[in-house]
Amino acid sequence: MWLFLSTEILLFGVLFVGFGLCQAKWPEEFKEAHHHLDKRLGAFNTIVLLVSSFTMVMAVWSASKSKQKQLITYLIITILCAVAFLGVKYFEYEHKIHDGLLPGQFFTYLPNTDPMAKGQSVFFAFYFMMTGLHGFHILGGIGVLCWVLKDSIKGRFDASYYTPVDLVGLYWHIVDLIWIYLFPLMYLIS
Amino acid sequence: MSAQAHAHAHDEAHGHGGFTYYLVILLALLFLTVVTVGASYFDFGSANLVIAVFIASIKASLVALFFMHLKDDKPINGILLVSCFMFLGLLLTFCLLDVDNRNPDTPSNKAKFTPQGPPSMGVNQTATDKLPPPNKGTAPAGEGHGDTRPPSAH
Repeated sequence: MWLFLSTEILLFGVLFVGFGLCQAKWPEEFKEAHHHLDKRLGAFNTIVLLVSSFTMVMAVWSASKSKQKQLITYLIITILCAVAFLGVKYFEYEHKIHDGLLPGQFFTYLPNTDPMAKGQSVFFAFYFMMTGLHGFHILGGIGVLCWVLKDSIKGRFDASYYTPVDLVGLYWHIVDLIWIYLFPLMYLIS
Repeated sequence: MSAQAHAHAHDEAHGHGGFTYYLVILLALLFLTVVTVGASYFDFGSANLVIAVFIASIKASLVALFFMHLKDDKPINGILLVSCFMFLGLLLTFCLLDVDNRNPDTPSNKAKFTPQGPPSMGVNQTATDKLPPPNKGTAPAGEGHGDTRPPSAH
């Protein structure tokens, strides 16, 4: 499991390095472009994810203590947090698409001839790539959480066997951990 | 579900884990989030990045040590995770060294390659910024110095 988590870190890590390199190349453009991201929404999503991490670890703990009802409750809260996160993300994406802040040829916020256009478009390429990939991880997380929830409702997990809950928990925390880096670097740094 | 839902209400939290134990970690994480958002409203120059990454790393360590149980886990898992970050650091270091030393078009390097004037944005302005000598009294009159900047003046 930890090997898999390491590959996840490497996957996002390479994207971070690429982001850093392009920021070195277009610092002004990246600074300008990052003002289009809504800090408050990003911070809200950070809090949602941290809370969901907390409920997830509580779910694992409940399973290890054979507290079935609590396990189910905490899993449901975690799933709700994940859905809330994606809901906020949806509004953010919708707003950016409406403004024409899409990467590549779809970047219509500035005219092609504008010297800032290229760097900003690259910024949004990274933005959509990284947050989008992260969003798919959240989506996958919701999937495995629902699967674990189903088995918890059937009463499959107790102190003697709760490995699936534990592993889903680890996955969920790594998704949270990636967002912990994603949020300040994308939304906050100018 | 009712048959299996025998809640062990008497099972109290002892040892590692437990509601308050994890709640403290959560509060620490939320506090650090507030700190990093707050810090973003102040400009510390180039330290901005360092501060943000530093706080993010503390948060990541909290998540890894307590939520992911690395603190009480087998050491090999922690070694895997840390070595992962170390190799990422290696990659980042050498990439940044490369950017720093090689490409004069990179705006952060312009100051290094063109001693006069602050670094400006826009890649192809480097040449035109350097060309006019100090006696540019007649520069706005449209005569130019042979540089290629105004296509209409020719």
